[in-house]
Amino acid sequence: MAVTTPNQRASEQPSLLYRAEVRQVIYQVLLVVALVSIGWWLVHNVAENLRRQNIASGFDFLWRTSGFDISQSLIPYSNTSSYGRAFWVGLLNTLLVAGIGIIFATVLGFIIGIARLSTNWVIAKLAAVYVEVVRNLPLLLQLFFWYFAVLKNLPAPRQSIAVVGGGFLNVRGLYLPWPVPEPGFGAVTFAFAFGILASIGVSIWARRRQMQTGQQFPVFWSSVGLIIGLPLLTYLVTGMPLHWEYPVLRGFNFQGGMVVQPEFLALLLGLSFYTASFIAEIVRAGILGVPKGQKEAAKALGLTDRQMLRLVVIPQAARIIIPPLTSQYLNLTKNSSLAVAIGYPDFVSVFAGTVLNQTGQAVEIILMTMGVYLTISLLTSAFMNWFNRRMALVER
Amino acid sequence: MRRVIKFGLLSALVVAISAPAMAQEKTLDAVKKRGVLNCAVNVGLPGFSQPDDKGNWTGLDVDYCKAIAAAVLGDPNKVKYIPTTAKERFTALQSGEADVLVRNTTWSLARDSSLGLSFVGVNYYDGQGFMVKKSLGVTSAKELDGATVCVQTGTTTELNLADYFRTNNMKYQPVVFEKAAEIVQAYQAGRCDVFTTDASGLYAERLQMQNPDEHIVLPEIISKEPLGPSVRQGDSQWFTIVKWVHFALVNAEELGITQANVEEMKSSQNPEIRRFVGVEGDFGQGLGLDNDWAVRIIKAVGNYGEIFDRNVGKDSRLKIERGLNALWNQGGLQYAPPIR
Repeated sequence: MAVTTPNQRASEQPSLLYRAEVRQVIYQVLLVVALVSIGWWLVHNVAENLRRQNIASGFDFLWRTSGFDISQSLIPYSNTSSYGRAFWVGLLNTLLVAGIGIIFATVLGFIIGIARLSTNWVIAKLAAVYVEVVRNLPLLLQLFFWYFAVLKNLPAPRQSIAVVGGGFLNVRGLYLPWPVPEPGFGAVTFAFAFGILASIGVSIWARRRQMQTGQQFPVFWSSVGLIIGLPLLTYLVTGMPLHWEYPVLRGFNFQGGMVVQPEFLALLLGLSFYTASFIAEIVRAGILGVPKGQKEAAKALGLTDRQMLRLVVIPQAARIIIPPLTSQYLNLTKNSSLAVAIGYPDFVSVFAGTVLNQTGQAVEIILMTMGVYLTISLLTSAFMNWFNRRMALVER
Repeated sequence: MRRVIKFGLLSALVVAISAPAMAQEKTLDAVKKRGVLNCAVNVGLPGFSQPDDKGNWTGLDVDYCKAIAAAVLGDPNKVKYIPTTAKERFTALQSGEADVLVRNTTWSLARDSSLGLSFVGVNYYDGQGFMVKKSLGVTSAKELDGATVCVQTGTTTELNLADYFRTNNMKYQPVVFEKAAEIVQAYQAGRCDVFTTDASGLYAERLQMQNPDEHIVLPEIISKEPLGPSVRQGDSQWFTIVKWVHFALVNAEELGITQANVEEMKSSQNPEIRRFVGVEGDFGQGLGLDNDWAVRIIKAVGNYGEIFDRNVGKDSRLKIERGLNALWNQGGLQYAPPIR
């Protein structure tokens, strides 16, 4: 370290300690040291207390046999699987309900948001009533409504309501036929993938052609043909290599097919309807935020109503809509932890509930649970930020 | 160089502060100082712990809380009841929020060894059973293949259920809730075919159903569920006190000491009774209490038999037989070491 003599100080510059840049660095180092020390102290204190109270700690439990069952699992799981696997089962269940919930809430939110701006008085008022009622009731209450008031009043398995196409609806859930592919179905899957790639190609080509010649190409209908028509044709040509497994009443319950459990349904409905009411307002704000002059200019250029919406209004409204929409997606994901109240085996219920209780390792499990929600939220956020940058106004 | 020294001093300070937390206070002293016993109980299970419409708690577990308060504080009403769900109960005890956990909790090796708590004894010998609607026509648990079963999260019940169906090579669909009330509601709505919990719990919950006669408890008892109070590890004095409150209740029944006759018993010539009521020996002081401790317990809640009959036995709505919970000399398992 440089030692300065009085002479030098007088002639050149103040002591190192008195220089602003040096001080800033010192303060920041001190802050970091303090934070690290507090963190270390917390961890140490917890470990010490756990040890003294004879409470097991560490992460070895993740490899131990769980011994309990979970009602809904996207991956193979039984009571001989490990706690670690139960972690993934819970996580996937949360992602499933959050993912589908986000799609439903977005679609419903956009419809209602646009409906609220409708020139049809009845539709506009209905949408307004929906928004005001749904967003002003606590979500937990709405979940109870869907679960205990609606779905619990469905009939018993033997008196099931038949659903069109071979499905059944009863208090145990919605039983649906499930497609079972036969050999040769791979061709259909291939055709579907090809259809998607081809329609992307067509749209790029059509855009380029329009830029050069001004001629338009029916991209939408050709995409429909490629993505739906082509696989359908392949399916028919290969001799329909698929059969449907229908649910049949055997013993206590329906067996076979696919079952959507009432807990899942209640959570999905509750989350979607609740979040949709917020999204509707965001969409309305976004559309109203586009200056009237923009629409008038589009009309003056001779664009049709649909072109005006697609090319002028939506791209500008999207800039207003996306940032608050991200918050709603994050809210929906985090709100899905209310599943515990209605018995849906989401991440909190399975991991921070059953696993915590069977192992008693609260500290580790709560930390992991917080870590998981943080990761999900940060990833969603990162994706939406990227999307936002893409949609943002490019200033030239 | 000066900065390095400063950092060194700071680090030393940090290490000094972070030396492990303060020495633990004795639970007995803490309870006495507070003047009230924090007792973690079930949020609501008829016969074991349930608040009435005036907020008074009753039940077998509740009487244990009262007995401990009577022994330690001299007043059975100086109890603060902390209602806990199955999921919250151990945390309530571990964190120090409760002094004792009396919440129909099964004693098992895992709980004794890795949760940092010690079970003091068994105040109710129970076993897991199944309840179904009569209309299903099921008479044995072996016929439950493919059934949907409602069960409470974080219980040994949840694990036994999985074991039982695996052992018998049957399939089932679990529906897991956190609170007993939600389970009963779901079971009654037909969400599940079967409701499973400890047999005592099944009888208790059946009383609260809309039509109790429509439901039967299947004969199979699939597990051992010794339910008992537990305390935190590391405080052997408190552990001993709670343990001997239980033994005092059982001994009182064996010696024929009841809530009604406990005062007269002070003039008894039987040396065992004289030791119990504290006119001979200094047993209460050995516990860190006074020699009147056992008398106060019996005055407050009666002996084990009285507690049982009043809450879950013949004088209650539950009408559960003594069975395994009879005294050892009457064909049961309730046995207490002697006071001497």
